Amino acid sequence: MNRLRLWLLAVGGAGLAALLVAACLDLPGFGGRHHPYGDRAVQASLARHTANTISSVNFDQRAYDTLGEMSILFAAVLGCVVLLRQARDEHRAPPEPAEVARPVRRYALLVLPVALVTGLYVVAHGQLSPGGGFQGGVVAATALHLLYLGADYGALERVRPLGVYETSDAVAVCAYLVLGLASVLAGTAFLANTLLPYGTFNTLSSGGAVPLLNAAVGMEVASAVVVLLAHFLDQAVEIEEEHGS
Amino acid sequence: MADALIVVVLLLVAASATAAVAQRDPARQALVLSFLGTLLAALFTVLQAPDVGLSQLAVGSALTPLLIMLCVRKIRRRGRSKEDAR
Repeated sequence: MNRLRLWLLAVGGAGLAALLVAACLDLPGFGGRHHPYGDRAVQASLARHTANTISSVNFDQRAYDTLGEMSILFAAVLGCVVLLRQARDEHRAPPEPAEVARPVRRYALLVLPVALVTGLYVVAHGQLSPGGGFQGGVVAATALHLLYLGADYGALERVRPLGVYETSDAVAVCAYLVLGLASVLAGTAFLANTLLPYGTFNTLSSGGAVPLLNAAVGMEVASAVVVLLAHFLDQAVEIEEEHGS
Repeated sequence: MADALIVVVLLLVAASATAAVAQRDPARQALVLSFLGTLLAALFTVLQAPDVGLSQLAVGSALTPLLIMLCVRKIRRRGRSKEDAR
């Protein structure tokens, strides 16, 4: 039985390796100027006035894939929340306010607003410049946690009502779905970017539904990261096992 | 010129990835991982993929090391409280 399994693995692995090598031999040359898919993607994104082709691919040409990725993140965070919840034999011990070295405190409080605004900027300009909902969301969410470095856990908990972030996580996923269904109701395909005017090229409001889907992803990722880190922080700082159990 | 830059960044990535594997202490590993994440972001930017570079910078050099550090802290704290209870 074990031998058979090994054989199966070997055959599958060899087949995969052969296919990968064959695919690599057919790739366009490294650093070449022309790419069949790239050319078509750029053309399609320019036709819909989206300056950042990557955003056009993510939120227009392949918006359905992004819905899948978004659901993966949502499910993963949901799983973490379930696994890391406070168990029956654990209790919460509020951590002692910690002493923070002055340079660390000054640096964290200085960088926090800058990082937060940078994150929001990256989300808002996803359709124009590199970045988008995912990148900006992660930056904005991690920026908030500089408060943990600069002050202490209590201060972070005060500016982070967890329920709000959990709700906004779910609302953002729903918003993405609703935007997709809106185009179905309008008589086109799910998530087809034909509903809104495409606007003027290279302005904030260009790209039709791209900025909206991008904002939904930004909101989802930011809240998901905050919720995820909150549960990890709770486990690392607050939740303790009962002694003697 | 661009090719030389790519080779240099690739070598740096390989070196720091090896360092991350060779380091045995998880807390230090997280720091090396964060450095590796920054280098990978630079590599992606040099290879003209700034979008991926940004994701790498945000996730690889900030979020993942932070999660690892928090896990290490939890495990160490649990070890300490077990010893106290004895």
